[in-house]
Amino acid sequence: MTTLIDVPPSLDDKSFEQVLDQLAPLPPDEKIIVDARRTRWASPYGLTALLTLAQSRADRPGFYPTEIENTGSYWARANFYKHAEEVYEFHGKAHRTPPHRESDVLLEITPIVQSGDVHNVVERIQKKAQEILTGKLNLDSSSTMRFTMALSEACQNIIEHAGCGGWVAVQTYRWQQRLNGRKVVVIAVCDAGVGFRQSLESSPARRLRDRWNDAIALEEAVLNGVSRFPDVGRGQGFAGIRRFVGHWDGKLSVRSGTARIVASVPDWDSDETAREEGLPLFPGAQLQITIPERIA
Amino acid sequence: MVNHIDLSSVLKRSVCALYSNLVTRPTGAAVRTEIELQLGQLGPKALTIIDFSHVGALDFSCADEIVAKLLLSSIANPERQDVYFVFRGMTDSHLDAIETVLERHGLALVYDRGVDGVRLFGDIDPAGREAWQAVFNCGGGPADEIAAAVGIPCEEAHALLEDLRHRRLLMRTEEGYVAVRPVS
Repeated sequence: MTTLIDVPPSLDDKSFEQVLDQLAPLPPDEKIIVDARRTRWASPYGLTALLTLAQSRADRPGFYPTEIENTGSYWARANFYKHAEEVYEFHGKAHRTPPHRESDVLLEITPIVQSGDVHNVVERIQKKAQEILTGKLNLDSSSTMRFTMALSEACQNIIEHAGCGGWVAVQTYRWQQRLNGRKVVVIAVCDAGVGFRQSLESSPARRLRDRWNDAIALEEAVLNGVSRFPDVGRGQGFAGIRRFVGHWDGKLSVRSGTARIVASVPDWDSDETAREEGLPLFPGAQLQITIPERIA
Repeated sequence: MVNHIDLSSVLKRSVCALYSNLVTRPTGAAVRTEIELQLGQLGPKALTIIDFSHVGALDFSCADEIVAKLLLSSIANPERQDVYFVFRGMTDSHLDAIETVLERHGLALVYDRGVDGVRLFGDIDPAGREAWQAVFNCGGGPADEIAAAVGIPCEEAHALLEDLRHRRLLMRTEEGYVAVRPVS
């Protein structure tokens, strides 16, 4: 039997939970087809999470690409189809990338498997990041290097903790639902690896606690800088990301297993929840950094 | 002996000629290994300028691998008790990463800010900073002179100065203590 998984018309970190709600009752080897025909927009998180979803299934899932021309064109420019064709069995035709088209994709979806991939991402994004962060988001020029640093640390999290490859994408867009249409730059980093709980459990130095679950593991890693490595110098990456995000009034959210936390809820996203537990199980870790346009 | 290490050149030589950013832990470890090799050729007494001028981004992992572990290994190695470092060419974003790792490990370094002078950077308490500055300003001297300059008892000054020496922020000579500083 094959189950159709419906992708919402607007796919971001929140609405992706609807996809996971549909997957939750299914065994991992159940044949599924992910149906994005009606999807008209997807955030970098949405696209990388769709790739991660495919990696998490025992059987290669099917995929119906969006039928909306502009959306499909954008997904092609973001390299979504290029990677999706490797992890999904396509039903219907994917859009091809139009040549020389101006794009608000800051970094196309890029696989992260080894540290050289992080280098390549950082080297590629710097010039364009400078243009976007200072030119469009009105951040000062020092933000570019700190942005790069945050991106690097987020990507390294995959290599050091996931146990398998993952995906990164960066995009800028106007956020109509929040921030009164201000521009944002969004980094999404998703993997289908072992997740924070299992990663921390692998540490011989781990303190045994009365309560231990995905939410606590997330807080330990993201908020308290706990690492599975015994070296005291480990676990600083998230502190750095949090500082960068806090400085620019941004948001850092991380989902792993059945939990999701937001490192500090910004004023502009008061509907956000600092900690969610009991979510549908999704392997690995999914991280999103959102930096809003600065207004005088 | 004064040695100058351009980190960007070390990165290109030891990792990849196309890279300009110090990111990822393996890269940091490779760069540190190259620096350690150079230090090994210098002998037991050396001042090394670590120059970040041509480095793009520096992330926490690389800052930890290069700056923190380099200082830690020097402090821990008795054969390197006369090996000193001065760091220069750092941008504000470099300093962000470096400050975080220094505080994590309880380390400090000598930071050459060019025309803005030389100062200590990292995890250093006000008394240690004041003592170091006194040594720097007077060009060096014995503990009792530094104690008088700072206005603290001689024993207290001696303990402070020895701690700074142990942290490779001061040198000890026959005449007393001398601040680690760039040599033109």
